[in-house]
Amino acid sequence: MTTGTTTKTGAGAAGPRALARQRRRQSAVRFWKRYRTHRAGLVGLVGLALFALVALTAPLTVGTDVSSVTGAPGRPMESPSAEFWLGTDRFGRDLLGLLVWGSRVSLLVGLLAAALSVAIGTTVGVTAGHFKGAYATVLMRITDWFLVMPTLVLAIALATVLPRSLGTVVLAIGVTSWPTTARLVRAQTLAVESRPYIERAKALGGGHWHVMSRHVLPNVMPLVLAQTTLMISSSVLAEATLAFLGVSDPTVLSWGGLLQDAREAGAVSSGNWWYLVPPGIAIAVVALAFTLCGRAVESVLNPRLGVGR
Amino acid sequence: MTADAPSASNVKAAAPVVPAQRARTATRYLRYGAGKVAGAAVSLLAVLVTGFFLFRLIPGDPVKTMTGGRPISAEQLAAYREEFGLDLPLWQQFTDYCGKALTGDLGTSYQFRAPVVDKISEALPNTLLLTGTAFVLYTLLGIVLGTRSAWRHGGLGDRLNTGLALTLYSIPSFWLGLLLIIVFSVGMGPIPGLFPTGGMESGGEEGFAYVLDVAHHLVLPVVTLVAVEYGQTLLVARSALLDEMGSDYLTTARAKGLRDDLVRRRHAVPNALLPTVTLVFVNLGRTVAGVILVETVFSWPGLGGLFYQALSVPDLPLVQGLFLFFAAAVIVMNTLADLVYPLLDPRVGR
Repeated sequence: MTTGTTTKTGAGAAGPRALARQRRRQSAVRFWKRYRTHRAGLVGLVGLALFALVALTAPLTVGTDVSSVTGAPGRPMESPSAEFWLGTDRFGRDLLGLLVWGSRVSLLVGLLAAALSVAIGTTVGVTAGHFKGAYATVLMRITDWFLVMPTLVLAIALATVLPRSLGTVVLAIGVTSWPTTARLVRAQTLAVESRPYIERAKALGGGHWHVMSRHVLPNVMPLVLAQTTLMISSSVLAEATLAFLGVSDPTVLSWGGLLQDAREAGAVSSGNWWYLVPPGIAIAVVALAFTLCGRAVESVLNPRLGVGR
Repeated sequence: MTADAPSASNVKAAAPVVPAQRARTATRYLRYGAGKVAGAAVSLLAVLVTGFFLFRLIPGDPVKTMTGGRPISAEQLAAYREEFGLDLPLWQQFTDYCGKALTGDLGTSYQFRAPVVDKISEALPNTLLLTGTAFVLYTLLGIVLGTRSAWRHGGLGDRLNTGLALTLYSIPSFWLGLLLIIVFSVGMGPIPGLFPTGGMESGGEEGFAYVLDVAHHLVLPVVTLVAVEYGQTLLVARSALLDEMGSDYLTTARAKGLRDDLVRRRHAVPNALLPTVTLVFVNLGRTVAGVILVETVFSWPGLGGLFYQALSVPDLPLVQGLFLFFAAAVIVMNTLADLVYPLLDPRVGR
């Protein structure tokens, strides 16, 4: 948390902050030791590292002008060859380059949407668990309403009425997918708040903000971490869906956008499978990798679940 | 057998209590049901308000959103504004909208120049055919495979089953649909084009031939929908049965000498079914998304296909009508499930 400022003050005797830091490091090491035993989780982690590497190094590996229509290097709809490993699209652009650049959009939107969704969910969950009474009742009714609603339809409707941009897509996915997080976090908050040290903190004069930020939040963080990993998976899928339905930014090519392009160009009826297969596999592999990681994190934190081994 | 006589006398002695007890459970159920129905009514109102908020307030000028960039004269713009009632004050628009929606008038579609309600009722039977078939199949498949998985949990079959389910669950449904079209409709390598690429009928067929034709068109969309949806039911059924596995009544059933198969079918699975069924209904919202995508990919003339057509314009009255319809349908289905549930499981709602 406040690592930068504590290094000097904690240098001499072991102050409370240094102690806390040490404890945190120890629990991180312990976490990693247990995570390492989950084979599926490790596979997911390696997959994610590879995708992150590909996305980050895109300008170096495939160049920056892959999406230019006028400077397309090949003929339209070429099948895979030594020159174009994955073939070309309807304008003759290299599909491998488009796929690599698409990973940046898909991952970025997935990450941001998941972050927004988990942030909303955590805020709602912690406050609904902390403040009981009418406030919590109303909040949980709203959560239940969102939980039942067809969220994708809601997201599509939002993306339709707002200006077409990636920000809209992030917003549309984020504000519709938070309820599961809110429920989980609230349950955990209620469990934490019933412990004696919360009573002690209150007796010593700790206010709402202090209790929520210093005691409840650190205790729900592990759960939030697992939930974020799982949410990224569904956000990547949701982004692909919105792009495929054409309600995303048409100027930016994500994996879902590539699939929509392929369908519009008639790749389906002419059997141009190389146009369709790679983006779909990429979406599925990323979604699966995040799901595997999320389930592994979940079972490390909650050994009773016993999943993902 | 020896307990027969005392239990019979017990029943007789207790006889006057039974109707009173039954009446009490009936009142309790009515109270529970009334609560659920009231909750659903509030949810439906919230949907109505959200619909107004989404399609009237957020876009600023809905007519500009719809005509989006196309050249249009000022008179036409004014005519559209009047047609959609946008020249009225906001509160009056809201009351008009609520009154009309409650009497079943969802406005006029911008691209079809026809009442939204007519478009929806035209497409609804086709969607029900597709979704109903897929729903029955994926629920059965998920429950059968999930309970088998849990019964032999940790085994090879279980790992293969959950692995496949998780993989299919991560696959975008529209992508799977497109691939199935390429392989089984267009044909690929040795596989000839077995099924039609889309639509619901070839036209010109009558009677039994028509039914066969529709069934032929139905195969690929149903397969796609089942493939992406059954995994969820499988995982829920699996964990529900795992929860029951350690129960004492199963040990008792085995101690009686029942075959393993009977213990599973007669004792464990019925108890695991209840939470599974609830979750199947709670997850209907997700199924709606699957239906929209599958209908879009296969050009199925249902609500999902209509939704896609409406989006590409965008035809806001139609999008709004379908949004209200989907949300209301999911809420109503969930409430029905809530009402039926205590009749199946006496532990709930009493």
